[in-house]
Amino acid sequence: MKGAEMTVRNSIGLGVTRRGFAAAIAAVAMLGAGVVSAAAETVKVAAIYTLPVEQQWISRIHKALNAAQARGDIEYTFSENVANTDYERVMREYAEAGHQLIVGEVFGLERAARKVAQDYPETSFLMGSSFGPSGDNFAVFDNWIHEPSYLTGMIAGNATESNLIGMVGGYAIPEVNRLMHAFMDGARAVNPDVKFLVNFIDSWYDPPKAKESAFAMMDAGADIMYAERFGVADAAVERGVKAIGNVIDTSGDYPSTILASAIWHMEPTIDRAVAAVKGGDFEPADYGQFSFMGYGGGSIVIDETLVPAAVVEKVKAQEQEILDGLFRVNVNDARPVSDG
Amino acid sequence: MTDLLQIFLSDSFYAASLRIATPLIFGVLGALLCERAGVLNLGIEGIFVVGAMSGWMAVWLGADLWTGVLAAALAGAVFGALHAVLTIFMGLSQHVSGLGVTLFASSAAYFTYRTALPEVASPPRIEPFRAVAPALSEIPFLGPVLFSQTALTWLALALVVLVWWVLDRTPLGVAIKAVGDNPDAVNAQGLSVRRLRFGAVVAGSSLMALGGAFLTMSAFDAFFFGMVNGRGWICIALVIFASWRPGKALLGAILFGMFDALQVRLQTEAGAVVPGQIFLMAPYILSIVALVVVARRAEYPRALLRPWFKGQR
Repeated sequence: MKGAEMTVRNSIGLGVTRRGFAAAIAAVAMLGAGVVSAAAETVKVAAIYTLPVEQQWISRIHKALNAAQARGDIEYTFSENVANTDYERVMREYAEAGHQLIVGEVFGLERAARKVAQDYPETSFLMGSSFGPSGDNFAVFDNWIHEPSYLTGMIAGNATESNLIGMVGGYAIPEVNRLMHAFMDGARAVNPDVKFLVNFIDSWYDPPKAKESAFAMMDAGADIMYAERFGVADAAVERGVKAIGNVIDTSGDYPSTILASAIWHMEPTIDRAVAAVKGGDFEPADYGQFSFMGYGGGSIVIDETLVPAAVVEKVKAQEQEILDGLFRVNVNDARPVSDG
Repeated sequence: MTDLLQIFLSDSFYAASLRIATPLIFGVLGALLCERAGVLNLGIEGIFVVGAMSGWMAVWLGADLWTGVLAAALAGAVFGALHAVLTIFMGLSQHVSGLGVTLFASSAAYFTYRTALPEVASPPRIEPFRAVAPALSEIPFLGPVLFSQTALTWLALALVVLVWWVLDRTPLGVAIKAVGDNPDAVNAQGLSVRRLRFGAVVAGSSLMALGGAFLTMSAFDAFFFGMVNGRGWICIALVIFASWRPGKALLGAILFGMFDALQVRLQTEAGAVVPGQIFLMAPYILSIVALVVVARRAEYPRALLRPWFKGQR
């Protein structure tokens, strides 16, 4: 029994060594290049996404990494549309190929991904996660844009006439719930009578389904739609209803429909992680705070042709309070539900 | 309770049901045609993806909408032909070949999309099909339910009649049903079993692809990875529910559409009391229940899943 176990371990170990050998050669070659010119010192970054790079959340990470590559800070490669069941394999492949920083999302494999990271102490991992950092090399981030979400909520609360706001979400996981609650808090702060309809489609990427949910809410009287998913704003356009954007700015795609959007900027997070890897002091930290407005990780865009100037002014004042640290937006990760 | 009544009294509920049912109508007709000829086509889910991608892609490249529909049908036919060659001419397992076609077809679609569009910030959009007769949508009930639908929904309804007419009223239909029931008898009549089966599988696969095309050219205006989201598989269950009859296929698809439209509305109303996942499951559970009830009396095409070679019994 024990012998068999040993053999298995050995054979795995051998495999690693062989690949490790190739990586070592590559590393030596890179070291040589580094001696010749210090400016060529780039961090090798690989990203693993479970959805295509067009998906809102992922597009923000992809954008920040592309920007870092354009500046010459990193050498960037990625795999998209990787199934959760296949995710560990891709993590291992990138780690064994000698990538120094691996960025991705582990919402569907929190525990397994942390185990993989333990096997590659030389590699730094920066993963979107609902939980905290772990081990010596597993840092986490997320789109903590609850602050701009609160501000967009204020705009929605002011704009609604039926006092009914519809919200269509993907999955009811903490990062989605948190932004929804912040948005709802913002709306209630300016309009105590406002009520919400909440629905989850249990898919990240089924626009026709999201659209049907949105239609159902507008049938029920919602006159502002919180567009957490692709498809919601499309339904709003068809009915001439206004919508609030999330994560990306889609106002160009839906003219005179998007009142305001809470935007996520991944650059502060990525740039800090890359610098840490470069400096050799990458810590298993929670990078979540770098998505806060104070670090430039979150912002709000308002379509001032659709929102009254008085409301814009009020929102700007609130934004300043957040930036000055005078106002803190509540964090609530519970699943939001419709008002009865 | 009053809420439930309100839902059933609102015309938007029926409009949504028909909208959700449309891709399923295409898909279930396609699966029905294949199975009536004796070939199970589990390539359906992948063929949906191919149809969704190629129809949208053609329009995005500058073709008009109907050319896009044609492109989707042709792409579906190509993958249908692949399944037909593997199962009819080579006599391979229809289950394995079908699943292989699904994996291959969806990967090929994603690959083509990404090769054509390596760097896009958000999926490019096309101008999709619009309501057939917005002017008539003022007519009570029928207006919103029928005339606010797009041309593809009408095409789906027309195809139900066409498939019924071909199967039940033409010699070709008799021959197609016969190759699925008793290929030896068809052979004795001097007809080619393989050609009939090949034709049925290719035509059926084109119909499946139209179901996918509806998603990107009518229900939405862009192509997304994974947006087919199991709709193809539902059609496989619906065929049995429909006892391989076009009229019942339409009924089954619309019933499923109604369950789904109801689910969305109930989840919003009662999400606070009952976990939302229950509602998301409901259409599938109800189709399983319906299947159990109906399938007991179902008469499978007798030669379904059985490859046929000349001279072999």
